[in-house]
Amino acid sequence: MAEVTKLIHKYLRHDKKFPHVWCPGCGNGIVLGALIRAIDRLGYEKDDIVLVSGIGCSGRLPVYVDFNTLHTTHGRALTFATGVKLANPKLHVIVIMGDGDATAIGGNHFIHAARRNLNLTAIIINNNIYGMTGGQYSPTTPYGALATTAVYRNIEHAFSIAELAVTAGAAMVARGTVYHANMLDKLIEKAILKRGFSVVEVVSNCHTQYGRRNKLGGAVQMLQWQKDHAVRVEKAAEMPEEELADKFTVGVLVDRDLPIYTEEYKKIREAARAKMAAMR
Amino acid sequence: MNEQATTGRQVLLQGNEAMVEGALAAGCTFFAGYPITPATEISEVMSVKLPAVGGTFIQMEDEIASMGAIIGASLAGAKSMTATSGPGFSLMQENLGFACVAEVPCVVVNVMRGGPSTGLPTNVSQGDVMQARWGTHGDHPIIVLAVSSTKDCFDITVKAFNLAEKYRTPVIILSDEVVGHTREKINLPHPGEIEVIDRIRPNMPPEWYVPYEDNSRGVPPMGIFGDGYRYHVTGLIHDVRGFPTQRPDEIVPFLNRIHRKISQHFFDILMVEEELAEDAEILVVAYGSVARSAKRAVREARQRGVKAGLLQLITLWPFPRQILEPYLRKVKAVLVPELNMGQVSREVKRINQGVTRVETINRIDGNLITPEEILVRLIKM
Ligand SMILES: Cc1ncc(C[n+]2csc(CCOP(=O)(O)OP(=O)(O)O)c2C)c(N)n1
Ligand code: SF4
Ligand SMILES: [Mg+2]
Repeated sequence: MAEVTKLIHKYLRHDKKFPHVWCPGCGNGIVLGALIRAIDRLGYEKDDIVLVSGIGCSGRLPVYVDFNTLHTTHGRALTFATGVKLANPKLHVIVIMGDGDATAIGGNHFIHAARRNLNLTAIIINNNIYGMTGGQYSPTTPYGALATTAVYRNIEHAFSIAELAVTAGAAMVARGTVYHANMLDKLIEKAILKRGFSVVEVVSNCHTQYGRRNKLGGAVQMLQWQKDHAVRVEKAAEMPEEELADKFTVGVLVDRDLPIYTEEYKKIREAARAKMAAMR
Repeated sequence: MNEQATTGRQVLLQGNEAMVEGALAAGCTFFAGYPITPATEISEVMSVKLPAVGGTFIQMEDEIASMGAIIGASLAGAKSMTATSGPGFSLMQENLGFACVAEVPCVVVNVMRGGPSTGLPTNVSQGDVMQARWGTHGDHPIIVLAVSSTKDCFDITVKAFNLAEKYRTPVIILSDEVVGHTREKINLPHPGEIEVIDRIRPNMPPEWYVPYEDNSRGVPPMGIFGDGYRYHVTGLIHDVRGFPTQRPDEIVPFLNRIHRKISQHFFDILMVEEELAEDAEILVVAYGSVARSAKRAVREARQRGVKAGLLQLITLWPFPRQILEPYLRKVKAVLVPELNMGQVSREVKRINQGVTRVETINRIDGNLITPEEILVRLIKM
């Protein structure tokens, strides 16, 4: 059997309602593929993986895979994931969010999860738009772009999701694209392995709701754009700023060792036990 | 209500503190919260005690996050709880609905303060009875219990966990500023003396597990993350496998089942206390801190020859209609004193349908209704 067929058999829910909900050419499927390849390489038991998502086209991702899957409310995936991880730290908890999901309605949870440093992996599919609701501008829609709620043009300024995560204190932050699919599964693998809060921002395409309206072409043209504008972090470090003006970096932006919440909390438990024993 | 054990440890506790004791006795191992008057002590005491028993306390960034976290923890096998007051309770509503639809056991405490909005943060109120019932969007089943004393705070919190586990549902406890902050002596029963119920877990081979399949109880066994029963949890209306559906023949049975699992077990969920009610001519219907005043008023009224009685509601939702109805046919009048503009009295009137006279005392100035206020009215009636 071809490798990909094996993966499909092992990880997808065949009894589930395929075909999926996504448009042909949507980047979400590439992210799902990369995630499956990463997990397969890690060799984790399916029982030990909890895949949590918010609401959006991206939020539909978990339903197709045979893990413990949890499709939560819009923007709140990280809060549910926090509860899951704290209740059973042995589980590998991976969170899928959209750009609107993670940085608009869920922005507060996102920065606090990064600051808190639980051992969670957050994958944010950034397609620069609210895909599911039909193309309204999101916190990552570029200045000047068009959206159904910015038909004259967007006058707000975009977040850089990855840089936001770095500043908020995430232990590991990476950025990939759906064009660089092989790099993506390696970044995801590294993020899952990272002890601490890790973030992978995935530059993706929503040709249906964003590309079309902004005359960026279909899925193929949008992937081509990713290819043309992505620069590896290492290479960017050696490039003059002018050359980087219309580029974005891909690779690992930050990888640092920080105290992990659940490890810290073990010490809190010891302190609490000692205090209670002393009171008795 | 649980009979209080007499062999336990005597302690002087605030209502809020007793809730923590109740939660721990019921097996709570996870608490997520955000500080708010007059519920903050619950978080504070939890942060001290939970880690000592191997549990986890976390202060989240807001109440939306707290509610999300307790649902996540419950799905991973913990008995979980949060505590808040009006403004925070409003923030919890969306995720509360998620817990109803995904059938996730958890306990939500609302120590009521004056509203609306920031309202009267340090004053007592009972303004959230209807929000507790209808706060989240869409038709949904819910269990809401009201506490009136420190002893209740212990006993009813144990009950709340038991009901949540038994029926796979969020259970809301409505306390109030007076109950939460009043110190009273209670007996804390020994662990073995308390009935503790745990959720029913699947025991069939995983490939046979149909996570939302109906059964005679209407409550499917609950797999927890990591135990081998992999399934999909969603706030979307789902089929018996847990997968989103838009088929009318799957939507309707699902919604009917989650309502039926509560209505079918009405008498197990229903808790009231009756004081001199049997032969009463005037029935006082009260709950929470006001029930304390009402109890005293009823006793004093009897001494003055007024045949008054008290029906104290502990279960507010589902509303104890079946208990109330026979009284309505028997008594000359009903009096509903409450710290709002008429939330439970509205339900009483709706059930009464003009059978008997229903009067109310409504206090909204941030103070408790006194026994005297009720007594004066009883004598007039
Ligand atoms: C509380 C709430 N507000 C609004 C919505 C409607 N809604 C559903 S998806 C979505 C936007 C999703 O955008 P994004 O997070 O970028 O995900 P994408 O669809 O692009 O993958 C919105 C606003 C909702 N489901 N819940
Ligand atoms: S609307 Fe956009 S994000 Fe959603 S499935 Fe289609 S292409 Fe993908
Ligand atoms: Mg998006």
